[in-house]
Amino acid sequence: MTTTHDLGQPLMTPLAVADPGGLIQSVDWVAIAPPLIAALAALAVLVADLFLPEARKRLLGWLSAAGLLAALAMLLPLVLGDTRSTFCFKSGGCSYTADHFALAFQLLALGGALLTVLLSLHTVEDEKLPGGEYWFLLLSSACGAALLPAARDLATLVIALEVATLPAFALVALRRDGRGAESALKFFLSSVTATAVMLLGVSFVYAAAGTIQLQGIADGLAHAPGQLKPLAEAGAVLTLVGFAFKTAAVPFHFWVPDTYVGAPLPVAGYLSVVGKAAGLSGLALVTTVAFRPYGHTWGLVLAVLAALTMTVGNAAALRQRADTPYGAVRLLAWSSVGQAGYLLVPLAAAGYADSADPLGATVAYALIYGLVNLGAFGVVALVGGTGRLESFRGLASRNRWAAFALAFFLLCLAGLPPGVVGLFGKVVVFRAAVDAGLGWLAVVMAVNVVIALAYYLKWTALLFAPSTSADVAVPRVPASLTAALGLAASGAVVLSVAPQLVLQVVSGSLF
Amino acid sequence: MNAVLIALLALPLLGAALMLAPIGDRRALRLGTTVTGGTLLLAIALAAGFDHGAPSRMQAVTDVSWIPALDVRLHLGVDGISLPLLVLTALLTFLCAVYSLKKLPAGPGGRAFTGLLLLLETGMLATFAVLDLVLFFLAFEIVLIPMYFLISRWGSGQKVAAANRFILYTLLGSAVMLLGFLLIGVKAGTFDMVKLADAHGSGLSHTTQLIAALAILVGLAVKAPAWPLHSWLPDAHTAAPTVGSVLLAGVMLKMGTYGLVRVLLPIVPDGTATYAPYLGAFAAVGIVYGSLACLALARTGAKGDLKRLIAYSSVGHMGFVLLGIASLTPTGLNGALFANIAHGLITGLLFFVVGAVKDRYGTADLDTLAGATGAALYGRAPRIGALLAFAAVASLGLPGLAGFWGELLAMYGAFDPADGLSRPAFVTYMVLAGLGTLLTAAYLLVVVRRVCMGDPKQPAPVADVADLQGYEAASWTPLAALTLVAGLWPALLLGLSDPAVKHLLGSG
Repeated sequence: MTTTHDLGQPLMTPLAVADPGGLIQSVDWVAIAPPLIAALAALAVLVADLFLPEARKRLLGWLSAAGLLAALAMLLPLVLGDTRSTFCFKSGGCSYTADHFALAFQLLALGGALLTVLLSLHTVEDEKLPGGEYWFLLLSSACGAALLPAARDLATLVIALEVATLPAFALVALRRDGRGAESALKFFLSSVTATAVMLLGVSFVYAAAGTIQLQGIADGLAHAPGQLKPLAEAGAVLTLVGFAFKTAAVPFHFWVPDTYVGAPLPVAGYLSVVGKAAGLSGLALVTTVAFRPYGHTWGLVLAVLAALTMTVGNAAALRQRADTPYGAVRLLAWSSVGQAGYLLVPLAAAGYADSADPLGATVAYALIYGLVNLGAFGVVALVGGTGRLESFRGLASRNRWAAFALAFFLLCLAGLPPGVVGLFGKVVVFRAAVDAGLGWLAVVMAVNVVIALAYYLKWTALLFAPSTSADVAVPRVPASLTAALGLAASGAVVLSVAPQLVLQVVSGSLF
Repeated sequence: MNAVLIALLALPLLGAALMLAPIGDRRALRLGTTVTGGTLLLAIALAAGFDHGAPSRMQAVTDVSWIPALDVRLHLGVDGISLPLLVLTALLTFLCAVYSLKKLPAGPGGRAFTGLLLLLETGMLATFAVLDLVLFFLAFEIVLIPMYFLISRWGSGQKVAAANRFILYTLLGSAVMLLGFLLIGVKAGTFDMVKLADAHGSGLSHTTQLIAALAILVGLAVKAPAWPLHSWLPDAHTAAPTVGSVLLAGVMLKMGTYGLVRVLLPIVPDGTATYAPYLGAFAAVGIVYGSLACLALARTGAKGDLKRLIAYSSVGHMGFVLLGIASLTPTGLNGALFANIAHGLITGLLFFVVGAVKDRYGTADLDTLAGATGAALYGRAPRIGALLAFAAVASLGLPGLAGFWGELLAMYGAFDPADGLSRPAFVTYMVLAGLGTLLTAAYLLVVVRRVCMGDPKQPAPVADVADLQGYEAASWTPLAALTLVAGLWPALLLGLSDPAVKHLLGSG
């Protein structure tokens, strides 16, 4: 639209489009309800924070929980109904698609955020964090993480990723001591670098393929003229680097331990689950949909990345001493790096198999991992103190159920019965690797599972070891924390009895 | 019938879950005894209801879908191979529960102990009852955590290190085994052990069979344990409490050999045939190695631990089982399965008796026990001495006792191995195994001489040694009696296993 001023009165040039109504995309509100409700809840919390007196700030947390619950509830009609897409172009293709892949990751993002909210209720009061800001940032980040798996073009993808990550920097920094600021800065600088690299990659890919639609890129790359090939390949690599950072894959993992230790504990749990899920879903979309023509190349790259990630993560976790301060969080941080390695295995397999089928294993494993890892963070929050591993010694004699819950979560992470669901999570990942002919990666992973068991078991054994210190008074466990732990533990138990509930994503079609 | 089998698995699991409730330690132990007793009764009912006319057929079958996404089915059933092992497991666990009622090892209390024991029993029973590869793997893994805690919390000496070594070693083995299972499942399109066994490897390419067989073999060989993958075993046995040693040697080692017979042999026959000579060689080396290690431990001045000695003797005895399996003949396999049960009975008894000696003397160190002349158990505690001597001669394979038939048949199988296997190689293994029986006799007789005989008047580490107690008699007599029965009436077991073995080998 241009305006001219020389005649003293504005002149409207007629629109060049024949059917102006066709430009306005119709919006399927049901499809976008889950991230939308999270976003609205975030705004509601921010506004309510202005009007609530100091004594009632507690309500904000419950308001956030209610918002997330509502968002989760809106997943239900989507799961039961057909796949819905919205923000579609006339030329075909949509920017937002709520298929099974998206819904599973939205469940993980929103459910993980809900558990985080329950874990945080206590922390926010205890550590005197600014309530309104905390809940607003958490919900915004969850909204981004829920938007991301449904995004089907690079612009939406990048924006969603930033919506998920930017609030996380602030969340890490909310603990107003030196460590929080330092770890937030570390997180921020490395993340921004990764984003810059990724944007460069995205622009290269756009230049080569001529579209930002994921499906269109796949077609464009397959038929790209020869002289654009190097540009497209460089773009693909740079884009992958950006997502690899968010999933904390080696060698882009250095920010993880320090950031987790500096962040409020529930935020560390949130980053390890929802943050990772966001990066992973983006990585899965970009590789299996957009860069499909290069399957064998990124398949190999991801396989090597997966092997490195799990080995480095587990080896570092194994080296954690029982008496280092914040050892428990550090161990969980490194173990989450190791687990990210397992999560990458089916992605690599998807590259080799040239189909998206193996992705189901990643989705299933991510859901299982998210549940039990947040549970483990919950018990660490409950024990509190300096978070040394040593302070877990004899937890069973002080708080039996907390010890049982943590032992169960750790065994699920290790993948050993009675943590049956963790075992089946590993089985599906192994199966994806074997199915795609990635035998060597499966063997590397088998060795890693054994290494990981060594440290998970050491911690589990500590819980039941005789207590050396005089029995300290058991602090009263806040109700919200109990609820979060009960939710995670009962979820893990139910899934252990009926693994089909989560494993069905392996057999169904995702896209 | 299938309800009985389901109850057999569900009862101990339920009992284990019950131990989460706050009940007193004494009551927990009594409840544990009741539950294991009930499980034993169910196992006996299963054996009674078993159609002995058709032991090669899967009976008491349950087959329902559990995880359709992975095509994992709750497929249970028993045949002539698994039935004796199920009964043995239920019996040994019950005897252990009875024994612990009076003699709980020093540790964190009876409730946790009972819970772990019952969970362990569930895993062991499930291993022998499931007919789905993924479930088999699951059952294999269930036993790890309870045994880990039994060793690390109720054991003695270097218990944590031993428990760690046990669990990491076995997990590495079973993780590799899982890869083999998955390869089979992916290529054959099913995890059902019965279907796969009936197919006899058709539908699996030779390369697939070779890779899968190697992975499965490694996993099961760690468990069995086959030389040279046995190094976790002596430490675990030395550190474990009596009850742990009994179940470890009596049942858990059999999970490995049972897997070889149930999974490896019928499902990937080509792969098995390729590796059989190597397995046979490792078995023969294991037999000689195990007995030489025992001889070294039994020497005067070697500071040999009696429990460690019996652990090494298990390496030797399991060598016979592996040799029988490696021969791929019905004779050898029958011998292997018989030796499996016999070893469970005899070594169970040996560990019980040695554990009792260790409790009385406070040490199992052979030199300390024997002093200058010998521990003179015949004079100081005649019944315990007699039982030890009985178990020792049963273990060395005296005709008329259980140890004889299995090892004889295994060697006979090696003398005339299946077509396609190198006869000279297997005859060499047989000769080595024969040498092993001589060495076994030698060290066991040395042990009997140094522990049972001697001068009762010489100064001993403990002045007064109590003879056989009531609870000990109650938990040991069944084992001694069954050792005798199996030795005098081998057809009882061979009649069950023979048709099933022929069916698995595809000739019956």
